[in-house]
Amino acid sequence: MRFRTLVYYFREAFLSIFRNSWLSLAAVGTVTISLLILGCSLLLVVNTDRLADQLESSLEISVFLKDGLKQEEIRELNDKIRFLPGVVQVQFISKEEALEEMRRSFGPRKEILDGLEEDNPLPDTFRIKAWRADQVVEVARKVASMDGVEDVRYGQGVVERLVVVTHWVRVAGIGAMILVGAAAVFLISTTIRLSVFARRREIGIMKYLGATNWFVRFPFLIEGMVLGLLGSLLAAVLVYAGYFSLVEHLARVMPFIPLVSDGQVVFSLLGGLVGLGLIIGALGSAISIHRFLNV
Amino acid sequence: MIRFYGVTKIYPNGVKALDNVNLHIRKGEFLFLVGPSGAGKTTLTRLIFREELPTRGQVLFNGKNVARLRSREVPYLRRKIGMVFQDFRLLPQKTVFENVAFALEVTGASSREIKRRVPEVLKLVGLEGKAGVLPAQLSGGEQQRVGIARAIVNNPVLLIADEPTGNLDPETSWELMELFQKINNNGTTILMVTHARDIVDAMKKRVVALESGRIVRDEEGGGYRNEV
Ligand SMILES: Nc1ncnc2c1ncn2[C@@H]1O[C@H](COP(=O)(O)OP(=O)(O)O)[C@@H](O)[C@H]1O
Ligand SMILES: [Mg+2]
Repeated sequence: MRFRTLVYYFREAFLSIFRNSWLSLAAVGTVTISLLILGCSLLLVVNTDRLADQLESSLEISVFLKDGLKQEEIRELNDKIRFLPGVVQVQFISKEEALEEMRRSFGPRKEILDGLEEDNPLPDTFRIKAWRADQVVEVARKVASMDGVEDVRYGQGVVERLVVVTHWVRVAGIGAMILVGAAAVFLISTTIRLSVFARRREIGIMKYLGATNWFVRFPFLIEGMVLGLLGSLLAAVLVYAGYFSLVEHLARVMPFIPLVSDGQVVFSLLGGLVGLGLIIGALGSAISIHRFLNV
Repeated sequence: MIRFYGVTKIYPNGVKALDNVNLHIRKGEFLFLVGPSGAGKTTLTRLIFREELPTRGQVLFNGKNVARLRSREVPYLRRKIGMVFQDFRLLPQKTVFENVAFALEVTGASSREIKRRVPEVLKLVGLEGKAGVLPAQLSGGEQQRVGIARAIVNNPVLLIADEPTGNLDPETSWELMELFQKINNNGTTILMVTHARDIVDAMKKRVVALESGRIVRDEEGGGYRNEV
């Protein structure tokens, strides 16, 4: 393809976009909205997935011990728990270790824990791993009735619930995105149809001059793809700016909620949005080209 | 070069525009197609250009059945044929140069070719000085010269002109006829639909007369009507 021909395609496409500027704007806007919805729900899904990974596994049981137990009593408890049916692993975490762990998880804000060493409020803890999820409740019940045990906590299905929530976020997000995406395709095809009508005289002459079908169609295809691209770039910029200011804000206010912030994940997601915008644009123009440009 | 074999064209609304037409247009000819309006003249040109398909019979262009062309071959047929219309069909927002260049542009020509070829044809049709002007600033005769320049810039083998002087005064019409004669002298075959009786009578070309879709006369060096 000659450079001059390419220049011609793009010039015609941009002329059409400016001729129908209001409709073009509306088309770009709907692409943006649909991709914003998709981008936000995908980020939510990515983050809840990550969170679910990081939460204690639902097979884990925490056993908090009464204050002031002797080493012996602790060892005895340890043995009793270890031989319960369904228990795979038992780990003892002293109150000092628990404090140190908490300090680490607070990261830069760990000073607020300073001074707790003298009067450590955290209990000694056993961390138990069960073999199967359905054994967790039984093991927890038995351990709770043992001497020296203050309290027993286990996942109580948090992870499972989180997985269910992620699933619905996914379904709802993709559903909304398909609806608004269809509206975007429709608006783009309407824009292209108007462009075709605005230029039907020219198109008629082009046919007399022996233009190939693709020569006639290309500017319209480019027009639709440019609209889709503009919409998706706008969405990508908004998602990027919004998300990273959220990441920054949360890092200050709630440092224990670890948002996904590695460039790899976020940028491939943004790239996906832009690609999808191009596809929406191409689809919209293909529909109108097919229906109104039968050369 | 072009042959019609028993061509009948019936439009979807049932109108029989051409009725068993047999015609042979030879290379280099200058042919007038005459007849009352509604006789089927425009339909005949559309069949050559493959804007319409014959209902019965065959149209051959250089031995090839035009109806059998695949749709992606059609543009290449059309590039061999220049079309000139009564209403000029210029693009009003493009300059004279751009209107003529458009014909080259749609064929994917290079900028160099366009810069070389367009001034050449503008000179041939006598519009050297008007390249940067918009069609609306030109007289009817000049606009039709632009139309002719656009039709021949691709070096077509056939030039079809459907009532090219229908909107123009007799003097301007004569000037355009001289231009068509010049183009014909350069080897381009010309098929001209016209109602300009004086011109047909004076130019002594082959005249084909249609009436109600039938060829009623085909005469070398004939006049507009039989009795001339
Ligand atoms: N696209 C069309 N659909 C239906 N009828 C048509 C169409 N084009 C022309 N006709 C009819 O065919 C006949 C021949 O038309 P045309 O070839 O335009 O005649 P001419 O050019 O000699 O005036 C006329 O009766 C006209 O009404
Ligand atoms: Mg006619």
